[in-house]
Amino acid sequence: MSWVATIGLETHVQLHTESKMFCACCTGFGAAPNTHVCPVCLGYPGAMPVMNGKAIELTVRSGLMLSCEIPLYSKFDRKSYFYPDMPKNYQISQYDMPLCQGGGVDITVDGQHRRIELTRIHLEEDVGKSMHFKSSSGVDFNRAGVPLMEIVSEPDLHTPEEAMAYLAALKQILLYAEVSDCNLEEGNMRCDVNISIAPAGSDTLGTKAEIKNMNTFRGVQNAVRYEIARQIDVLESGGRIVQETRRWDPDTEMTSSMRTKEDAHDYRYFPEPDLMPVVLAEAQIEAWRATLPEPPAARRERLVSEYGIPEYDAGVLAADKRVGDFFEEAARASGNAKAASNWIMTEMLRLLGEQEMDIADVRVAPAALAELIGLVDGGALNSNSAKEVFAELFAEGGDPKAIVAAKGLTQVSDSGAIEGFVQQAIEENPQSVEDFRNGKTKAAKFLVGQVMRLSKGKANPKMVGEIIARLLS
Amino acid sequence: MMSCDFNSLTIHDLLEQLRSGETSSVEVVQGLIEAIGARDDDLKAYVSLDAEGALAQAQEADRKRAAGEDGLLLGVPIAIKDVLNVSGQPCTCGSQILQGYVAPYDATAIAKLRKAGAVFVGRTNMDEFAMGGTTENSSIQVTRNPHDLDYVPGGSSGGSAAAVGGGIAVAALGTDTGGSIRQPAAFCGCVGLKPTYGRISRYGLTAFASSLDQIGPMTHSVRDAAILLEAMAGVDPMDSSSVDQPVPDYTAALTGDLTGMTLGLPKEYFVEGVDAEVAASVRAAVERCRDLGAEILEVSLPHTEYAIATYYVIATAEASANLARFDGVRYGRRAEAGTDPIDMYGRTRAQGFGPEVKRRIILGTYVLSSGYHDAYYLTGQKVRTLIRRDFEQAFARCDAILTPVTPTAAYKIGEKVDDPLQMYLGDIFTATVNLAGNCAVAVPCGKTATGLPIGLQVIGPDFGEAQVLRVAHAYEQSGATS
Repeated sequence: MSWVATIGLETHVQLHTESKMFCACCTGFGAAPNTHVCPVCLGYPGAMPVMNGKAIELTVRSGLMLSCEIPLYSKFDRKSYFYPDMPKNYQISQYDMPLCQGGGVDITVDGQHRRIELTRIHLEEDVGKSMHFKSSSGVDFNRAGVPLMEIVSEPDLHTPEEAMAYLAALKQILLYAEVSDCNLEEGNMRCDVNISIAPAGSDTLGTKAEIKNMNTFRGVQNAVRYEIARQIDVLESGGRIVQETRRWDPDTEMTSSMRTKEDAHDYRYFPEPDLMPVVLAEAQIEAWRATLPEPPAARRERLVSEYGIPEYDAGVLAADKRVGDFFEEAARASGNAKAASNWIMTEMLRLLGEQEMDIADVRVAPAALAELIGLVDGGALNSNSAKEVFAELFAEGGDPKAIVAAKGLTQVSDSGAIEGFVQQAIEENPQSVEDFRNGKTKAAKFLVGQVMRLSKGKANPKMVGEIIARLLS
Repeated sequence: MMSCDFNSLTIHDLLEQLRSGETSSVEVVQGLIEAIGARDDDLKAYVSLDAEGALAQAQEADRKRAAGEDGLLLGVPIAIKDVLNVSGQPCTCGSQILQGYVAPYDATAIAKLRKAGAVFVGRTNMDEFAMGGTTENSSIQVTRNPHDLDYVPGGSSGGSAAAVGGGIAVAALGTDTGGSIRQPAAFCGCVGLKPTYGRISRYGLTAFASSLDQIGPMTHSVRDAAILLEAMAGVDPMDSSSVDQPVPDYTAALTGDLTGMTLGLPKEYFVEGVDAEVAASVRAAVERCRDLGAEILEVSLPHTEYAIATYYVIATAEASANLARFDGVRYGRRAEAGTDPIDMYGRTRAQGFGPEVKRRIILGTYVLSSGYHDAYYLTGQKVRTLIRRDFEQAFARCDAILTPVTPTAAYKIGEKVDDPLQMYLGDIFTATVNLAGNCAVAVPCGKTATGLPIGLQVIGPDFGEAQVLRVAHAYEQSGATS
């Protein structure tokens, strides 16, 4: 029998705000435990939440980027369950009236384009972090109260590859919207996966299991692959799938049961009486919409049509909004988009990767790259020298013309000077001269190389070839 | 040194004495601490005193006054219900579960009083987490009614009421979720105001039922209630449910007459179940108001009969979540470590909460449970809207509504401990107002034949504090209260 898996994802994304969701505490990552806390985020008696307007804005921005509907009225609710990392033993979340509804994420897997529908996006507060020691446990509440957006997809995915593509596309869009750092290692993007399988062609869904604790995209893919295989195995050996929550163990690469439906929480949602409903004005939503960046997919298409670069280049450049911005600035300033694309893809991204740097830290200004391209295009710099200049720009920043001058790299296009170098090369390499006259092209390249060496790389290579040909003909 | 008679000393008179130099804050605070020492062994109104801190605050107030400064409450001692956070002081909420907790911050109302120059002498007893109407649910001690020590002072702000009514506080703060200021004020013969929901910030008030709780003054006079209200009222960025409404000069509203005012009598409130002496006193008070120039008309609050059921659904639902935070993890009492956190919670909460609190947490958990949520919680919210509409319609026709505060005067200690339902019904005239969210003041209107105080409730519309204070003040000044 063949099986079809149905997968839905709940993705939690920490919003990039200065302060927490309901208090003024800092959201910074990596501080000493329990230093970013106050009576509100510690759930002290009498403390009350106050809404962070920035978090509302960032959630709505995300919703607009993902084509969600933004209801003008939404509200917060209390979700009750006891856990040591939950200061109040209820989480302020959104139950039946979230900030964003519907929407979708476009993915491409094996050349096939699909739109994955979203159910909703709601806003809630993050919980603390439990830590376990030899004979005791502790909780770090620095993270408690950080604004957390939950993006819920429809059960609309079918393969591990689709799940991974969905997450990658989602991350790209959220980075474009500048709402989150989407850093999985720092835990500011996390996801839970619901998986069920059913016989191919069946119109009912199988019993689902929820998988938690994946902290890389690869982990999600592996967990989904493992869980599909496990469920098929259970069913094919005559067993039944039980509705449960399972934990992914990245070391053993297996899932194991955390709790079954019988232990499931009754969250006892009710409207948060300490907060007023969120009432948005149409004009406010439109004002936010007006500041949205172009989505990555649209940008890819535009880069091809506007700059005439290959689709492949457009995909690489648009993957990161900041790289795309860098490219467009350099392309416009230089008037040579393909050269700008080549420099960014082959030199800049390679160096960033090698040196484990982020584009935010890059020292090359787009205008400097444009100037470098201009020097090459104008014949003032040959490509080898240009690479040297770029390396210098990448290491130290600065102005290409000044670097060229300081390093004495200006291309020699003076035919008299080049002729001198050619004469010297001819005298020193009689064998090559003979080979050249016998029609060996290798010898021609060798002689050009000798001239370049003698000119310390500055001779215009095109002129060198012409002069050699003239003198030896 | 003059000796103060705290049985009747008002904030207003004390401020005059302080301003004229007739007395000093230190003298008054010392006198008060002595009075507490003499009387509180019987009353058990206070759960903790901060004599040293209060004297230091009094000294500072005297120093400021000597330097030519003044303040709305400069040098005036105020007793604080043990449910409000006062930085550096314990805040037990009458519970064992907050053993060892010391507040790290001031409630906004406390910060405002502090800024106005108030002195915080001590913390008053209460029903555990404000759940109760007799203060017998305190896990610390049983407070007694100053008019008869065999009787309850009411609750949950019973400590504050007994302290004011018993002459061991100039004024006090209470909190009112279903009548917890007005009912004990009525039982102990003092004035108690429940302001409109949102009038005073709840930040720092340990929540019982967040959509019903309000802080309010308990005082010897209506004027004092107006003074304290003015000191605490106003919008607070720390409390999103506080309302940005201008704070009027409440004492200016105290004109002493009721000319041009229309007062409503809800026909549903003078029916069977109301004690004959209470009914007679309130009817006499109504006549007095007519004599003072008010027009009296009958109004209807038809959904009142559903108020108690609605109140106990909504209040317990909110309480079940509000009290979830008391788990022994971050502060307060913690049971010995068990097998896992859930086990530790269970034992901490079993040991730390008293029976009434447990009853209400269980009730609240039940009404929010899946399968019951719509039948109870949602229905409760709908009825609440109807109750609110009752008041809106009544206030279209009158400026304030007169009712008894409670169906009976105070009961004997122990009399209703085993009959919670009977006790809940005592909230009928007060809890309705919390559900609707408007304001009401309790003012003494006589005594029973056995000498127990009876209270008149003046209910006003949203932000109608000036109106209800005007009515209560005119009535109080007419001399008919004792």
